[in-house]
Amino acid sequence: MVIKHKNIFKTESAWSNADEKLLCLDTGSWRTERPVVDKEQCNYCGLCALYCPPQCMKDMDDHYEADLAYCKGCGICATECPRKAITMVPEGEFADG
Amino acid sequence: MVSAQKGQVRVITGNAVGAYGAMLCRPDVVAAYPITPQSEIAELLSQFKADGVLDAEYVEVEGENSAMNVVLAASVAGARVFTATSSYGLVFMYDALQEASGFRAPVVMVNANRETPGIHCVSSGQQDLISARDTGWVQIIVENDQEILDQIIMAYRLAEDYNILLPIMVNYDGFYLSYLAEAVEIPNIEDVDAFLAPLKQQPERQKLVPGVSIGCGTHGMEMGYVEARYKHCQALERVKNKVDEIDKDFGDYFGRYYGGQIEEYRTDDADIVILASGSATGTVRTVIDTKREQGIKVGLIKLRLFRPFPAERLVEVLKGRKAIGVIDRSLCFGWKYGPMCMELRALSPEIGPTPLLSYIDGLANLDINVPHIERVIDEVSAAAQGKPYQEVTWIPMEE
Repeated sequence: MVIKHKNIFKTESAWSNADEKLLCLDTGSWRTERPVVDKEQCNYCGLCALYCPPQCMKDMDDHYEADLAYCKGCGICATECPRKAITMVPEGEFADG
Repeated sequence: MVSAQKGQVRVITGNAVGAYGAMLCRPDVVAAYPITPQSEIAELLSQFKADGVLDAEYVEVEGENSAMNVVLAASVAGARVFTATSSYGLVFMYDALQEASGFRAPVVMVNANRETPGIHCVSSGQQDLISARDTGWVQIIVENDQEILDQIIMAYRLAEDYNILLPIMVNYDGFYLSYLAEAVEIPNIEDVDAFLAPLKQQPERQKLVPGVSIGCGTHGMEMGYVEARYKHCQALERVKNKVDEIDKDFGDYFGRYYGGQIEEYRTDDADIVILASGSATGTVRTVIDTKREQGIKVGLIKLRLFRPFPAERLVEVLKGRKAIGVIDRSLCFGWKYGPMCMELRALSPEIGPTPLLSYIDGLANLDINVPHIERVIDEVSAAAQGKPYQEVTWIPMEE
């Protein structure tokens, strides 16, 4: 058998660069609500980023914000936030929504 | 490595042996849910943890599906892990079994074989391991309590080998071995450390750690899926020789050899060969000795490695034999032959035309006893002499 395929993964298991391979689908288009972070309430604990399924919470140095290109609007970040700093707002309320 | 010190000999059950085997390998995370006939393993490991003998996270889970998912996640995070189950428990973690092998997580699990759901049978049989045949796991079947312990230690060397990285299921006959107390030599933990030390010499495997985002899976990449599956299948092929190598290393160090993928007994000049696995193989050896005294040239292949199937070694031993009998303790729904006989039939082009007799016996705690095996050998012998034979026999149904 002649193998023509060039490996996508460097490892035996399917481990990859999350930024390139994980954030590759247009999951942002699935969203009906978006997480809005209250910077005053956020104490930068990072729990939202840890729980975010597509790992799209961006570290803004003093708070986190969702990368809207990939945020599916699942709301887990808002549920997990101990300070209730994240609110899920319907997309219809935004000009770009 | 020279050789290990003599270990302490204790008379303990197969389940206790499973717990000792796991403890000796110093797992970082253990998660197990009790189920008949495996419960004693979950209880003992919990006791070891409480007594401070086992320095591991022991996660109390609400079921087997969680048990496998916990050890899978811990394994992906770089931990050495252990779990144990049986029957209903094994099928309850069916999706997680496939996640574990797909993630190439070196999970080691003990499975005390029991009949599977359907007709609520709390009794021995290998149907559970057959139900998990196509999960991509390595499946090994052992014969006695000592072999349970030794195989768990060998399983870590195999699972965590950098060229393998696959989950291993160590199977033993539930009810028979799980509750049977036998004299078992328990190696010193320092010697087990020494035997597992080569794992530390290899490149570190990739780990999932908090703060470092990493893609884990093939997420919509079709060719990524194909590539990962191809690598998985290639790794399973590599398992075969690795099992033989590790068996030799183990024997050289601890003084006990098991033959690797298969163990042969009196096959050298055998006209006919019986293939069996698990605890019944002890009885088969006894009957073979008796039949040999009567001049029947019969040998045994104890199948140790079931997945991957040891095709090459089986062909080497079975080629040119006059007849073969296979004793299955489980069923292959949709085929009349037993599962191991079915697997062997796939090697027919390599083995050549020879009578292949399938026997179904030992389901639901029924003994595969001496008269049954005598009957098998007599019939296989007659088939070898060209007499007509029955392809498939459910022994208990004819009694």
